[in-house]
Amino acid sequence: MLEEIKSIKKAPVEEYYVPGHRTCAGCGPALQYRLVAKAAGPNTIFLGPTGCMYVANTSYGCGPWAVPWIHAQITNGGAVASGIEAAYKAMIRKHKTDAEFPNIIVMAGDGGSADIGIQALSAAFYRGHNILFVAYDNESYANTGIQTSPTTPYGAWTTFSPAGPVIPEGKKLMPKDLPKIMAHGHPELKYLATASLSYPLDLMNKVRKGLNANGPAFLYIHAPCPKGWSFPADKTVEIGKLAVETGMFQLYELDGGEYKLTYKPRELKPVSEYIKYQGRFSHLQPEHIEKLQQFANQRLKEVGIEAVAAPAE
Amino acid sequence: MQGNEACAEGALMAGARFFAGYPITPSSEIAELMAEKLPLAGGSFIQMEDEIASMAAVIGASLAGVKALTATSGPGFSLKQENLGYAAATEIPCVVVNVMRGGPSTGLPTSPAQADVMQARWGTHGDHPVIVLSPYSVQECFELAVKSFNFAEEFRVPVILLMDEVIGHLRERVELPDAVEVVDRKKPVVPPDKYYPYENDASMVPAMANFGDGYRHHVTGLIHDITGLPSGKPAVTEKLLGRLNHKLDRYLDRITLYEEVAVEDAELVVFAYGCTARSALEAVNAARGSGLKVGLFRPKTIWPFPVEQLEKLSGKTFLVPEMNCGQLVGEVERVVGRRQVHRLNRFDGELITPDEILLKIQEVMSGVQ
Repeated sequence: MLEEIKSIKKAPVEEYYVPGHRTCAGCGPALQYRLVAKAAGPNTIFLGPTGCMYVANTSYGCGPWAVPWIHAQITNGGAVASGIEAAYKAMIRKHKTDAEFPNIIVMAGDGGSADIGIQALSAAFYRGHNILFVAYDNESYANTGIQTSPTTPYGAWTTFSPAGPVIPEGKKLMPKDLPKIMAHGHPELKYLATASLSYPLDLMNKVRKGLNANGPAFLYIHAPCPKGWSFPADKTVEIGKLAVETGMFQLYELDGGEYKLTYKPRELKPVSEYIKYQGRFSHLQPEHIEKLQQFANQRLKEVGIEAVAAPAE
Repeated sequence: MQGNEACAEGALMAGARFFAGYPITPSSEIAELMAEKLPLAGGSFIQMEDEIASMAAVIGASLAGVKALTATSGPGFSLKQENLGYAAATEIPCVVVNVMRGGPSTGLPTSPAQADVMQARWGTHGDHPVIVLSPYSVQECFELAVKSFNFAEEFRVPVILLMDEVIGHLRERVELPDAVEVVDRKKPVVPPDKYYPYENDASMVPAMANFGDGYRHHVTGLIHDITGLPSGKPAVTEKLLGRLNHKLDRYLDRITLYEEVAVEDAELVVFAYGCTARSALEAVNAARGSGLKVGLFRPKTIWPFPVEQLEKLSGKTFLVPEMNCGQLVGEVERVVGRRQVHRLNRFDGELITPDEILLKIQEVMSGVQ
């Protein structure tokens, strides 16, 4: 069992996601990776379906993992993890290994989890494999040059959803709610949570709860991307906080069938506070921003936070 | 203009109004341009959840009567194979652009290769017809994109525009015409109660009703008779597969596009396609400059393979430079004889240079004389 980390000062000093990668300055996915690896500890196997956290981590003959790692195709993180888990269980059952059952963690982007990877993810959870599946959400296909993903917010510019005269808001569709898809259709699910890199203690403890759950656990991590969202590289943590404080992202967990809000903003800010720092929203007109506010209000309502819509300035 | 952009412009001018795709290097620019331009042209761009779905959506769009395409690269091309076979079996016109990168698997995403040429022909299971075109310049990306649609529409086959990373990302001056010749699929001329979706006339290509036009139109991946409904009868199977696999035969003269440079008196012919043909052309010119009797045969259509054209050149010695471990060279050997053919292969993600080809020409020619 991995113990709860009581305060950020008591977090392990050891790192298992170490220097040796080529991610962008201020990379949110890399920051959350470091926290996940720190919380999981040395007896861990990471799987990386194709995405930023595969490609940018393996350039120029380096890799930042101090633990075993395997690249899985973007379609099949859940399937490769299932194989590793089932083989480990068999080896332990047949006394072919003295090793302790490892933490098997899939580190998939939003494409490798909510889009092309959802079939293998859902099937692994249906079968009940003892894995932790982390979906780090930077809300785009960033590795191939910022294309839309199903979790890209309404109104965001991407190369596949350019804003123009016919479609002035850029992306027209509302994003998929992946944690809800995972929560409500997988009877074997043992633990599910959302987290943000801007709340590191909360994030690390959710990793540990997921690994302790002895069954499929799902962690959905909000990971701002300076390049894809077009904000300054030193503002990643602030953007992550603003997402939570404006209700664009909500922190909760589903443990033993019970939903629990793990963080409630003291005073909700309008979403305009969140989007004003990001170039991907700079083309939005007031009516589009209002739509985004309605989206946040709806998501907040679903998790039990009553939005008091402060008027946008 | 970039090769990928020229390809998108060609598709638009040929009448494509639907694109379904998924991001993949080095073809994403085609989708990006389509995302920008299709809404302005009254068309639709859909980003799909994966490569399989993109190909499936293209088939659906084409059945609805719209000219449709998708663009991808090696790993995505592998995923599309199942539906490519479906399109071939059900004779649904569509265009798939594959901007080749190094493989197998994830391979070399940002480096060029020519290693999908056999997969383009035989990647999906079962005997099936397919047309594969290979451009060697940005201008040709445009021209062959137009041809791809015209062939797909006229012959009701999937057409693969097989580019490579070099041509896709190359920037060159391009001249875009105001208009191009556009071919549209043959529509039924009989009333709905007389229509059989897979009944062919002498052209061997059945008329195609749009879904929603009032015609009863069944489509299945199973072996089917002229009604479009499944049948397991040997006679029906033989008739369908016979027609599918021979329907292009009578059009080979028009489908087989190629360029010959100084082959008439050549003792050695370099057979090269795609980006490698650029180096080959320069090497051939240099060799001619030094008095060597060397020519170039450059297929623009690589499938169906230009058998007749090469047969006319048999007796000559061939050199086949390819950015793979040796794929299309096997076809050249099949036509002109193995002893006549020399190989030059590079598969390290770098281009074959004109110097490498020239050196090989000199080496072969010294043995010839």
